[in-house]
Amino acid sequence: MSPDSPEIAKGKLISTSSDWTFELIERFNNEIGRIAKNVYSLDCYPVQLELISSEQMMDAYASVGMPIGYHHWSFGKQFVISEHNYKRGQMNLAYEIVINSNPCIAYLMEENTMTMQALVIAHAAYGHNSFFKGNYLFKLWTDAEAIIDYLIFAKNYVTKCEERYGVDEVELLLDSCHALMNIGVDRYKRKSRGTLQDEEYIQSDREKRLQHDVHELWQRLGIRKEQKKEKDKVRFPAEPQENVLYFLEKNAPLLESWQREIVRIVRKIAQYFYPQRQTQVMNEGWACFWHHTIMNRMYDEGLVNDASMLEFIHTHSNVIAQPGFDSRFYSGINPYALGFKMMTDIKRICESPDDEDREWFPDIAGSNWQETLDFAMRNFKDESFVGQYLSPKIIREFRLFSIMDDDAESSMKVTGIHNTRGYESVRRALSNQYDLGNLVPNLQIFNVNHTGDRTLTLRHYIDKRRPLADSTREVLKHLHRLWGFRVQIESVDEKGHTSISHSCPED
Amino acid sequence: MAMIIDRRLDGRNKSAVNRQRLIKRYKRQIKKAVSEAVTKRSITDIGTGEKVNIPTRDVTEPVIHHGQGGVTERVFTGNKDFVKGDQIERPKQHSGQGGGSEGSDSGEADDDFAFEISKDEYLDLLFEELALPNLVKKSSIFKQASKSIVRAGFSNTGVPANLNLIRTMRRAKGRKIAIASPYKKLLSQLREELDLELKKTPADEERIKALREKIKVVSAKIHSVPFIDTYDLKFNQYIAQPKPVTQAVMFCIMDVSSSMSQETKDIAKRFFILLYLFLSRSYEKTDVVFIRHHTAAEEVDEETFFYSRESGGTIVSSALKLTLDIIKQRYPVSDWNIYAAQASDGDDWIDDIPLCTDLLSGNILPLLQYYAYVEINNNGHHALWKAYESLQKSSESFAMRQITSVEEIYPVFHDLFKRKEA
Repeated sequence: MSPDSPEIAKGKLISTSSDWTFELIERFNNEIGRIAKNVYSLDCYPVQLELISSEQMMDAYASVGMPIGYHHWSFGKQFVISEHNYKRGQMNLAYEIVINSNPCIAYLMEENTMTMQALVIAHAAYGHNSFFKGNYLFKLWTDAEAIIDYLIFAKNYVTKCEERYGVDEVELLLDSCHALMNIGVDRYKRKSRGTLQDEEYIQSDREKRLQHDVHELWQRLGIRKEQKKEKDKVRFPAEPQENVLYFLEKNAPLLESWQREIVRIVRKIAQYFYPQRQTQVMNEGWACFWHHTIMNRMYDEGLVNDASMLEFIHTHSNVIAQPGFDSRFYSGINPYALGFKMMTDIKRICESPDDEDREWFPDIAGSNWQETLDFAMRNFKDESFVGQYLSPKIIREFRLFSIMDDDAESSMKVTGIHNTRGYESVRRALSNQYDLGNLVPNLQIFNVNHTGDRTLTLRHYIDKRRPLADSTREVLKHLHRLWGFRVQIESVDEKGHTSISHSCPED
Repeated sequence: MAMIIDRRLDGRNKSAVNRQRLIKRYKRQIKKAVSEAVTKRSITDIGTGEKVNIPTRDVTEPVIHHGQGGVTERVFTGNKDFVKGDQIERPKQHSGQGGGSEGSDSGEADDDFAFEISKDEYLDLLFEELALPNLVKKSSIFKQASKSIVRAGFSNTGVPANLNLIRTMRRAKGRKIAIASPYKKLLSQLREELDLELKKTPADEERIKALREKIKVVSAKIHSVPFIDTYDLKFNQYIAQPKPVTQAVMFCIMDVSSSMSQETKDIAKRFFILLYLFLSRSYEKTDVVFIRHHTAAEEVDEETFFYSRESGGTIVSSALKLTLDIIKQRYPVSDWNIYAAQASDGDDWIDDIPLCTDLLSGNILPLLQYYAYVEINNNGHHALWKAYESLQKSSESFAMRQITSVEEIYPVFHDLFKRKEA
């Protein structure tokens, strides 16, 4: 393993039993923490380990990893699905959840063996933890200090609204907000940094201010209607807006202030999870790389025995297994597998580059692997990480190939495989595949008919002739509920032709 | 340093609320699944939970995403023999999607959304909107019949046997202190004065004598405060409290004559099971008495009741007589809520029918909470039905329905026990 260990003292075995105790967990955590921080200089938030039962783990899974969540039937549904998968043994082996908070909370499941607990501690409490602290997207979009406080505030606020306005009313509102969650995030703008701890205090103030602003808007618009002539009508919003929930929170004419606050809560939570959706490969790859490195180091130091190591290797290889496209176990590219292989490969390129690596990666070949890896972790997201670091060796190892499916053609076409001519194109295709901007349709708030019937118009810029899915009709009903007036989607094709593709109520 | 927290004991059911919301939201679909299941499921596992399937399209949450069509380029792993430029047939089931992409995902998604509801949730849904008929009226009659004696504080009157010594003596002591204390004070005053007088020289004989007289009087007064007085007395009080009747007995009466096929018996059995589950939800203890009859009636165990075959004619009154006997011997009306359900194909010996109606209206129905008669056949009403029709008109606690097939069991049951509008 790593050559930078000063001396390896044997006979320090922590435990030979597969059962865990609190003392053992503490000793393991101390050793893992020491290796992570002192040997490999990982920069982590303080660690908080919480032992929970499998049922509680499923609870946590059900609420998309939020340790505290407001009540909603969809979380009940998620729970049922997780429970179902867990009973059928389909859950990924590494049953771990870690919260991007300060201190970083990692859950350990009581059913696990000591080795598994150690694996999860290394993976989640130090791997993911340092990723949360270091990656630029998390730094930009999330506030680890305040998230727990905000979730508590959100839960209490929703509960309060349920008491005051009825569970059904709140449920309808949340349904609508959830439907818009994936087009309710800021993609490019810096969020305004609120001190979330004072959320409750600020919120009551915001309530008044918001409602006031909205009234202003509509009053002003009313005046305009009389003064302006048809030809110099001003479009509102002046610039198209990508964050639908934000637009509704600020401008929906009929929402009451508590409804605006709930829209805001859903929006904030969507924004909090947005970086995680963009860094799955990197985040899991980083965590897998470090659990692998740390466990091996512990073995080298004589802290764990052969039996633990075999159990670890077995689990580890299951986690990073990648079935081929024609396997019945295939369900897309496993982010754990790709991430781990890429991280390991970067280290290899640094330590022992061959000619191919020197040609493809002249900057990092032969550099200090810890610094290079740290730089990669901090400054990339999946899309750019793949674009930058996917090496021909990995493409060959995974036997990657890309397929172009054009519905105007009668058959699909292989556009690149793992050979010299294909490396670039496969890498570009895979990078695009991780681009959320490419996955989520480009939909923007375009105009409000503020002088007439208040119709809200969204523009869908069609990309590669891909239409909106059938579920759009349902989503539009939710949007209509929040906006209160007619809503429509104008589809703009690549030639610039505009047509109304969806509307609610339907014509 | 790291904190290690044991959270295993707190909040095991964090999702319970979310689960309730889920069930509430899909109640219509779940109820449909439940009432379909009741006729399908095997008899032995009734009373456990139930697996419910809801069509996936009902529970999906819509989001904006790309539909099929247009141009997509996707990367896959594990290439075997493709080279650039190969043309591949588009897979039929995922047109517009490449390769076997999302194979397992969409495979899952096509399934129904299945989940298990617990026994309690199952029964809640099954018996929702159902109520035991005449439950309130009858149990208020029973309240007079059965009482238990419970302690109910203390009273000032009572029989000597119930005297509460501790409270009585405490009151006596207090009273003695209260009444005697002014005299005691006076007494000590007088004694001090007497001492002073005695020390004086020459002694004032007159005064000493007067003081001694006074002391004697006061001492006598203190002495005369009674050790115990009538108003010290405290008695334990007992009152009789009406005991709610929390047990029920259910008589299952079934015709096992040769005219009853196994299929008919199965239908009857499921009806009895529903009734049993329903009663056991309302009462702490539910007894079941199985009475089968052809020309003669006998009490049997469950196994024999449902599965042994008999032959011969039918005399319904024999079973009713036996029911009446068993009620008299073992289930006093004051202690038991009595229900009876009779299942039959409607055949009876023609001379027996008047006897049955007489027995029911004259003797049995007045003892019963409810008597349900189900006739299981699919070719019109038989003799017994016609005779019972008059009973249905005259008695509130008698109800009858016809079942022609398994699917009707639950609707009929539901109909029989539908909560009546007050």
